[in-house]
Amino acid sequence: MSILVDENTRLVVQGITGSEGSFHARKCMEYGTKVVAGVTPGKGGSSFEGVPVFNSVEQAVRETGANASMIFVPPAFAADAILEAADGGIPLVVCITDGIPTFDMVTVLRYLKEGKTRLIGPNCPGVISPGKCKVGLMPGDIHMPGSVGVVSRSGTLTYEAVAQLTEQGVGQSTCIGVGGDPLIGTTFVEVLRMFQGDAQTRLVVLIGEIGGMAEQEAAAFIKSKMNKPVIAFVAGSTAPPGRRMGHAGAIITGSSATAQEKIAALASASATIAQSPAEIGMVARRVLEGSA
Amino acid sequence: MKIHEYQAKDILREYGIPVPRGGMAATAQEAREVASRLRGEVVIKAQVYAGGRGKAGGIRMASSPEEAGELAQEMMGSRLITHQTSAEGVPVEKVLVEEAVGIERELYLGIVIDSARGMPVMMASEAGGMDIEEVAAKMPQKILKAYIEPVIGFQPFLGRRLAFGMNLAAEQVRPATQLMGNLYRAFVEKDCSLAEINPLVVTSDGRLLALDAKLNLDDNAFFRHRDWDTLRDPEQEDELELEASRHNISYIKLDGDVGCMVNGAGLAMATMDIIKLMGAQPANFLDVGGGASEEMVTKAFTLLLADPKVKAALINIFGGILRCDIVARGVIQAAKQVEVKVPVVVRMRGTNVDEGMRLLAESGLPIILAADLRDAAEKVVAAEEGKI
Repeated sequence: MSILVDENTRLVVQGITGSEGSFHARKCMEYGTKVVAGVTPGKGGSSFEGVPVFNSVEQAVRETGANASMIFVPPAFAADAILEAADGGIPLVVCITDGIPTFDMVTVLRYLKEGKTRLIGPNCPGVISPGKCKVGLMPGDIHMPGSVGVVSRSGTLTYEAVAQLTEQGVGQSTCIGVGGDPLIGTTFVEVLRMFQGDAQTRLVVLIGEIGGMAEQEAAAFIKSKMNKPVIAFVAGSTAPPGRRMGHAGAIITGSSATAQEKIAALASASATIAQSPAEIGMVARRVLEGSA
Repeated sequence: MKIHEYQAKDILREYGIPVPRGGMAATAQEAREVASRLRGEVVIKAQVYAGGRGKAGGIRMASSPEEAGELAQEMMGSRLITHQTSAEGVPVEKVLVEEAVGIERELYLGIVIDSARGMPVMMASEAGGMDIEEVAAKMPQKILKAYIEPVIGFQPFLGRRLAFGMNLAAEQVRPATQLMGNLYRAFVEKDCSLAEINPLVVTSDGRLLALDAKLNLDDNAFFRHRDWDTLRDPEQEDELELEASRHNISYIKLDGDVGCMVNGAGLAMATMDIIKLMGAQPANFLDVGGGASEEMVTKAFTLLLADPKVKAALINIFGGILRCDIVARGVIQAAKQVEVKVPVVVRMRGTNVDEGMRLLAESGLPIILAADLRDAAEKVVAAEEGKI
């Protein structure tokens, strides 16, 4: 099975003619993702690598039956692009854009509450179901199809973990970067719920970091609702308090947002903790072998 | 982005929120002038980006313009050490000179965005003042909260709930509600990540007054507030960190001696963590970002080496968008500009890694190649200890 994206995903890329959008649209197509449309206002009627480009999402959906969107538009216009995708009836929107003003996301999340659109991100690497479909920036070749679900707030740290899994011969069902911003469309808990219900996923790797309460919420969910094993790593044990480490989300707001507190919460929910970021793959393989 | 109290008060004034009369001074002469214009007793407040000024001697009373000038002179040019600063403290370059006011009550009022709910929340407390953090930790019931529906904005009923909740007198409820609505408007229109009035005082003649103010601005919204550039105070920021931010590099200086340069914030933190696990201390957090150019890598590596504490450096790159050959070229370019005196461990993986490794191997730089994250951490710690 896998979650969120698979062989049936028909992708529209918003911002397909921009430099990043075109680069990654091409990479997704090479991986095998069905990119059916692009949207760049003003460039409707043209085409990109044989894919039709439209002026609006509404038109792209009508003409091509797109059911997922990947957004690459600049931060000043990204909130509008998410709203346009939701208004166009797209059920899954993956927003890669980094640097969207927080208040823009307040309005977007309020609007999405009413509808049927799931947003992944913003400021995220995207989603991949190895061997089936890639919607995002991640290098496709480090992945391998299998039974481990990966969910993370980070980008390159997720690649690091996935590469370790693959080196250990442990394949992945779906890997999701939920995004590093304080306001995101889909939280750890929602992804864990999907993994729990996914037949292909036998184990989940959760990669957290300092700031916010997402790991504690995940711990509460693992404790009460999950019977699949969870491996967790939390980055930022060495980060000094009160300083912001790149991600807007990675701000220590109080003792509850420290790595130590998060690790304690996850451990008390029976998640297996990887103490070192170099051990994530090995720990996952051991737990998987033990639970087989 | 942080701004000074006097700048925050200018913004509050613009939104009709009452603040004490006063003015900023950058010299003793200016402080005397402001004080003589105000007449009577004045307060001299050090303008720094850190809290906890009162307990650290950064807020002083003066009863004459001459005394105001003397106190300002004393403060300016000195460094203020508070519980929120490093041991070296922060430099005081400016002071705010304000009228002294009689205080009846000290309240707290603040707005942040609650990330779990995805909504702005206004917090109010009748236990305002210096110990608000302790109040929040020990008596959370003393902090009243009102979540604000972003579509309809701040409504008077929320203001009344908070105002009555703080036991304000009936005649103060309407001005308090109005003040809260204005603060919310400033929060939204100025793209704040934090708007805080602590204390919000009730004066002895029954008026509400924002005695102190703190506004943090959302860096992501800079594109629609070009005027923010004029609010920046480079004196308050670490020189290397400031230089990094000019090049869109996230750099934070720490106290250890193993420098690191990584792409991505999560991987950068994980790299710092593994350095510590191996028994050494990271000298910095440095994220060159996803789409770094050769110039950015050069700048980042130069910055890392500019820290005299660094005894060994680790470059950890998981190339995706960022190509390994770009990183190698950037590092080689940096080595042409500054002498590389410390051993450099390089771990690269992903796009164009072979080309990147070849460039580094042929460069003649003192580079130690590492196979993976663990190997890299082991090697850099060994190098820091002088073992390789």
